Amino acid sequence: MLIVACIKQVPDTTQVQIDPVTNTLVREGIPFIVNPYDTHALEEALRLKDRFGCAVAAISMGPPNAEGTLRKALALGVDRAILLSDRVFGGADTLATSNVLSAAINKLHHECDEVGLVLCGKQTIDGDTAQVGPGIASRLGFQQLTLVDRIVELDTTGRRIRVSRKLEGRHEIVEAPLPAMLTVVRELNRPRYPRVPMRLAASDATVEVWNNQVLKLDEQSIGLKGSPTWVSKIFSPERAKGEILGDGYADPDGAARLLINTLLSKDMLPL
Amino acid sequence: MSPNHTVFTVLLVASFLFFAWGCWRRLSLITLRTPEDRFDSIGHRVGEMLKFAFAQKRVLAKPFGINHFIIFWSFIILLIANIEFMLHGVCPWFSLTKLPDGLLRPLLLVLDIVSLLALASVVIAAIRRLVSPPYPEARTIEAFFILSLIGILMLAYFGINAARVVNGEMVSVFAWMPVSGRLALLIPATSAGSVYLIAWWAHAFALLAFMCYLPYSKHMHILTAIPNCFFRRLEKPNTQAREEFVSGKSFGVGQVDRYSWKDLLDSFSCTECGRCQQVCPASITGKPLNPRAVVHDIKVNLLENASRLAAGEKPALPLIGDGGEGSVSEESIWACTTCGACMEACPVFIEQMPKIINLRRHLVEEEAHFPEELLNLFENMEGRSNPWGIAPSERTKWCSQMDVKPFEQGSTEYLLYVGCAGSFDSRSKHVSVALAQLLDKAGISWGILGKDEKCCGDSVRRLGNEFVFDRMARENVAMFREKGVTKVITQCPHCFTTLKNDYRQYGLELEVIHHSELLRNLVQDGNLKLNKTASGLGTTVVHDSCYLGRHNDLYDAPRELIEAATGTAPAEMERNRANAFCCGAGGGRMWMEEHSGERINLTRVKEALEEKADTICVACPYCLTMFGDGLKDVKADNVRVLDVAEVLAEAVLR
Ligand SMILES: Cc1cc2nc3c(=O)[nH]c(=O)nc-3n(C[C@H](O)[C@H](O)[C@H](O)COP(=O)(O)OP(=O)(O)OC[C@H]3O[C@@H](n4cnc5c(N)ncnc54)[C@H](O)[C@@H]3O)c2cc1C
Ligand code: SF4
Ligand code: SF4
Repeated sequence: MLIVACIKQVPDTTQVQIDPVTNTLVREGIPFIVNPYDTHALEEALRLKDRFGCAVAAISMGPPNAEGTLRKALALGVDRAILLSDRVFGGADTLATSNVLSAAINKLHHECDEVGLVLCGKQTIDGDTAQVGPGIASRLGFQQLTLVDRIVELDTTGRRIRVSRKLEGRHEIVEAPLPAMLTVVRELNRPRYPRVPMRLAASDATVEVWNNQVLKLDEQSIGLKGSPTWVSKIFSPERAKGEILGDGYADPDGAARLLINTLLSKDMLPL
Repeated sequence: MSPNHTVFTVLLVASFLFFAWGCWRRLSLITLRTPEDRFDSIGHRVGEMLKFAFAQKRVLAKPFGINHFIIFWSFIILLIANIEFMLHGVCPWFSLTKLPDGLLRPLLLVLDIVSLLALASVVIAAIRRLVSPPYPEARTIEAFFILSLIGILMLAYFGINAARVVNGEMVSVFAWMPVSGRLALLIPATSAGSVYLIAWWAHAFALLAFMCYLPYSKHMHILTAIPNCFFRRLEKPNTQAREEFVSGKSFGVGQVDRYSWKDLLDSFSCTECGRCQQVCPASITGKPLNPRAVVHDIKVNLLENASRLAAGEKPALPLIGDGGEGSVSEESIWACTTCGACMEACPVFIEQMPKIINLRRHLVEEEAHFPEELLNLFENMEGRSNPWGIAPSERTKWCSQMDVKPFEQGSTEYLLYVGCAGSFDSRSKHVSVALAQLLDKAGISWGILGKDEKCCGDSVRRLGNEFVFDRMARENVAMFREKGVTKVITQCPHCFTTLKNDYRQYGLELEVIHHSELLRNLVQDGNLKLNKTASGLGTTVVHDSCYLGRHNDLYDAPRELIEAATGTAPAEMERNRANAFCCGAGGGRMWMEEHSGERINLTRVKEALEEKADTICVACPYCLTMFGDGLKDVKADNVRVLDVAEVLAEAVLR
């Protein structure tokens, strides 16, 4: 059985600043990271590999520099790392993205090993739609189990999976037959840290690159052409600038008192 | 009345072979191992060996050291008598008594007195070990056994000479042997023969037993301590060796034979004096780490696994394990603050700290196995180049209310390397502001790197994450070169030592000055005028940061600065300067919880409060945090902790 982890390279949004003039995100010079939720999806795939010995492939659609993201996955122990990169994939919305990703998974399924599980993050920190995972599941006809915070049981012979889903204020235990697509939340696990010999091996390993000559998708279903969603405007909402109350360094007691009184006067402390 | 020389000769040869075999078995384990160059500056090394091995400078640093000094030199001098004894035992005609009286007399006088001194010293040593040993486990059978052997040797020496005098052999020199001569008066002429034989064989057995036992005991240090002082690290051991990151290598030390030959020689040179553990902040506050035990465990592990390692097999006893004899526990590996106190105290220059860091390297780099708290730290360091993972764009927030210029090649003299704490830590930001204002006041040409500044990498290196440190160091070195940085001011001893000592390994020689030194110079040269004395600080007490003091010998600048600002010299804590006690934050401990024993910072805060201080003065952002936290814990609300820059600011800016 093959497990596929979908990982996306995203800008480190804590370092993104808003251009005060154009009011758009300034992306230049911002380092890229692996989408934080995806690191948990990857970790879970690797844990299943450790437990059941199944192979893990990491795939990512993105520009050529997303190769770094896949090298990180190799350093952590994935067996294959595949970058889906082609100019015609560019400008994709979530529909076109899931078309490409599911085509790649399908290819792995037919040419490598049957895919039992696809693991995705719950959402990305830049697009934030949480649609790609479910999009892949419906395209591939897989069961979809979203917001997973624990895999309760995986029965590889009986081909069933039972997971806990983290919902608002409650957990839901659900069971489904394989193959299934899971989107995962941070509570699922603590991602591992790469060992140096693996990092060195990863820097010599090859990241496979699949373009559309490999996937052979209809250009009307991918990239900008295959994207029915259009972004008409991106702007940051106006936020009223707060004021700085007191001096917490010179007079911590006074500052605390001032804060409590202010919150009380605005009726913001439930008493 | 003559001992059986054939029997003695056989015993002597057998003992020699046994001794040589024992030494070879051990020393061959050292020579086979990982190379390390310690053969530079031979002349200097000889000098160091004379100073520390023969003149015993470090041994004498403690009052009881004089006792060891006497035993050591007695040993050397009595070699004359013992060699004579052995030669005489083999060839009966060989004897010192053949020497002309003019030579023989002073020689016997010296030997007699030295033997008496040695006897007194071993008795004192035995009593000390019984009554107040340096540490409880020091009361070993082995120690008493060796002491008694030396005692017997001395007594037998007197016995032999006394019996010879009674026998009428050494009458002309009788008066020159104050002890043996006096003893002769107590021996009846009839029993002189048997006294001689008994004393002679007692001497023989004690000597041979000592020889046989030596390589198997801690007294092996008699042989190895001298070369160990010769091969000592000539620079201060304030940095660790680089690792080369190429595929196929292994990183750190997870198996005893990955230690360098010098590390292994260290393990055979330990005298088990316990001085290191008496100053180790981790040991003192009840953590499982004990630097003496680490060195001992390396030796035991090496001996235990010797045959398997020689056969190229995996060791049976793991080096990193449950902490039983011969293996070091993970908890102790992580407990080290890298304060360097152990290395400063060790009379034979054993380097405990780099050995511990090598174990950390194995855990981090080979196994990715370390305390949970460190995962975020490592990722933040790699991702955002600071311990907290704060966005680099916030690096300049501390000076948002000031006019601070960027460092410009050619026009700016000093780079102020603000450091992560100085940039992000809410308390330390005030130190940065005070320092910046003082620099401006003094008319210094300085600038900052702003959001381009990156962490120096101190914590990751001391925590054994050499891979990440290596990347950070390369990036910083490249940036400093590109921007033409040559002179750097740091307000953090960790940045200071890393830029100055660690980056030198990358071929970058910077002129790094710690702010305490720069400010002291500016005051002394009259470039910073004091408006008033900072009397509002009350009684001050000074704390030495490990990486400023012990690791870089900077003790006076903070003191002189405080004295200049307040008009009075700061009070000293009981443990100060080279003997100062760590605040608990070094070696990456800043980012970890303390799970066992008393908290190190509390121990130090209590020591500071002993001096009835109103203000504790530090020169390090980590110390600032540790003292601040400790003061809160003991509810000493009326005591403040200030950085020396803030102390000076009171006198110059307010
Ligand atoms: C009209 C439109 C135009 C766009 N144009 C561009 C553009 O030109 N360039 C651009 O970079 N972005 C563009 N985007 C954004 C891009 O479409 C989305 O980022 C992408 O579809 C993924 O959606 P998301 O980020 O919301 O992912 P989510 O649905 O929130 O992600 C859920 C999970 O799906 C998986 N996943 C998502 N994306 C990928 C991927 N690429 N590779 C592997 N796994 C993935 C991950 O596991 C992730 O955790 C555009 C979006 C729209 C709507
Ligand atoms: S460096 Fe300091 S903490 Fe570490 S073992 Fe030595 S004395 Fe103990
Ligand atoms: S390591 Fe040095 S200080 Fe510690 S016990 Fe051994 S000889 Fe003494």
